[in-house]
Amino acid sequence: MKSWIAFWNILKKDVKNYYLKPPNISWGIIFPLSWTLMQLIRSPGGSLLGLLPGLISMSVLFGTTSMLAVTMTFERSGRSFERLLLAPISLSTMVLAKIAGTILFGLFNGFVPVIFASFLIDLYVINWGVVLLAVLMIAITSSLMGLLIAVSAKQVFEAQTFSNFFRFPMLFLCGLFVPISSLPVFLRPVSYCLPITYGTDILRGAIVGTNVLSPVLCFGILLTFAVVLFLLCRYSINRKWIQPA
Amino acid sequence: MRMVTVTNLKKTYGNLTAVDDISFEIEKGEIFGFLGPNGAGKTSTINMITGLSRPTAGAITVDGIDVKKQAKRAQAIMGIVPDESNLYNEMDGFDNLCFCAALYGMRKEERESRARQLLDLFRLKDAGKRPFKAYSKGMRRKLTIAAALIHSPQILFLDEPTTGIDVESSRQIRELIVGLKRQGITIFLTTHYIEEAERICDRIAFIANGRMIASGTVPELMERISHGHTVRFVTSQNIQNLTAELQAHFEESKITIQSDHSFVIASEQRIPLLPAMDFLHDKEIDVYEARELRPSLEDVFVKLTGIKASTLKKDQERGGH
Repeated sequence: MKSWIAFWNILKKDVKNYYLKPPNISWGIIFPLSWTLMQLIRSPGGSLLGLLPGLISMSVLFGTTSMLAVTMTFERSGRSFERLLLAPISLSTMVLAKIAGTILFGLFNGFVPVIFASFLIDLYVINWGVVLLAVLMIAITSSLMGLLIAVSAKQVFEAQTFSNFFRFPMLFLCGLFVPISSLPVFLRPVSYCLPITYGTDILRGAIVGTNVLSPVLCFGILLTFAVVLFLLCRYSINRKWIQPA
Repeated sequence: MRMVTVTNLKKTYGNLTAVDDISFEIEKGEIFGFLGPNGAGKTSTINMITGLSRPTAGAITVDGIDVKKQAKRAQAIMGIVPDESNLYNEMDGFDNLCFCAALYGMRKEERESRARQLLDLFRLKDAGKRPFKAYSKGMRRKLTIAAALIHSPQILFLDEPTTGIDVESSRQIRELIVGLKRQGITIFLTTHYIEEAERICDRIAFIANGRMIASGTVPELMERISHGHTVRFVTSQNIQNLTAELQAHFEESKITIQSDHSFVIASEQRIPLLPAMDFLHDKEIDVYEARELRPSLEDVFVKLTGIKASTLKKDQERGGH
């Protein structure tokens, strides 16, 4: 019960202090909207439905990684984060609470292109249950990646730089713009090491039915990524932020 | 009853030894002061005791709990005030306190009532709904201490609680610390203000270059350097020409003429005033002042640590006093 009270209040505090701030709400709307418009302008007459998996993935990836990396680094530099480290709550509760807000923000980001698309096309073909689960898994893995970035950064600008350093190559390697089968052979293994590759594939299957891998396999791999990243985050915080012996 | 036991504690960062084999104990209900200049190892020691940093070597127990093995259990009974006021700038005073209470698993009604009680105690009731970023330095410090007390801890760690704040707020904080001791809370205080340590601590430890040089009550520490007694006399007339006579009159003591109108008698025994007064009276010299000179805690600190008092003064100036 005590852990739950701490978890819920950390989440509430983050949502109120960071995610519901006007600049972040506007970023959460404008950014996915800009991606959508950009893609529509780039390929006029192209299928908006076909663009949706990529747009959703990009929106979630960019929303989650940057938000968590920046807010955590911000709290670290102001030393308010020490309060969480000194509280009698487990590291797992703390990590889960910190990523929970980002996951919610990621879900919100991911559905902005969907809402926009709903004004232009019929979305009855979409398997909503699978889409929701896929977006959730992309948000979880991306948030955990953002947390890993935060552990490595000392300043907010460093966190932003690290985020971009990882995110942009991921966009080109996960099969969003170029199918993985068309990538140079030596890059293909890298693509399959990225969680977003599997998330995008599930979304493609659920929205336009053109997935390459089995959705069950993709969910399994995403779940494995989430567990490994969570353990890695816990280990890194324990090693780096609680000063080692 | 022991609240904290620290044994052979050591912390190194690469080649730098921040804390070098220190051991001490804190009794329940006492104010224990850690006095030393910036960089002496005070914050490193607090960080290790509170579980924010792992010791390179040594053992720490808080109320019988091994901090290295059960840090979270120990943290539940600790209140920690870091050297910077680190609450959330965007949140108001009341919400900050409620949030800190929630981290200790307190229920809504309980944390709201406690937050109100603490805002009242710290005279911040009117500022409760103002964002933390709008607080003055003194108010920020007070709210940070209030946040550390929200879960009614058994031991309070205060890292430089009055550094960089105005005189009135410092005074209020010192009064609060003494009040908390009266309620039975054990207090571990680090400071580089000698007067602060002398005024409120039951026992003081001197720390310099990561090593604990001495510890004890103020009289015990004084005893370490004061040998015998010294009385200074201020007179109405010039006593320079009386040196030989004074020395002959007080042959068991050592006479030092300090100026035309003052001299000092030093002796291993207590110095009765009347013989000196009579001697001077016979010479038709009035005594304006006769005062026993004792070493100050600053003298003791300087003598035992080898650190100049000016180093601590510079730290104080940097801190804003």
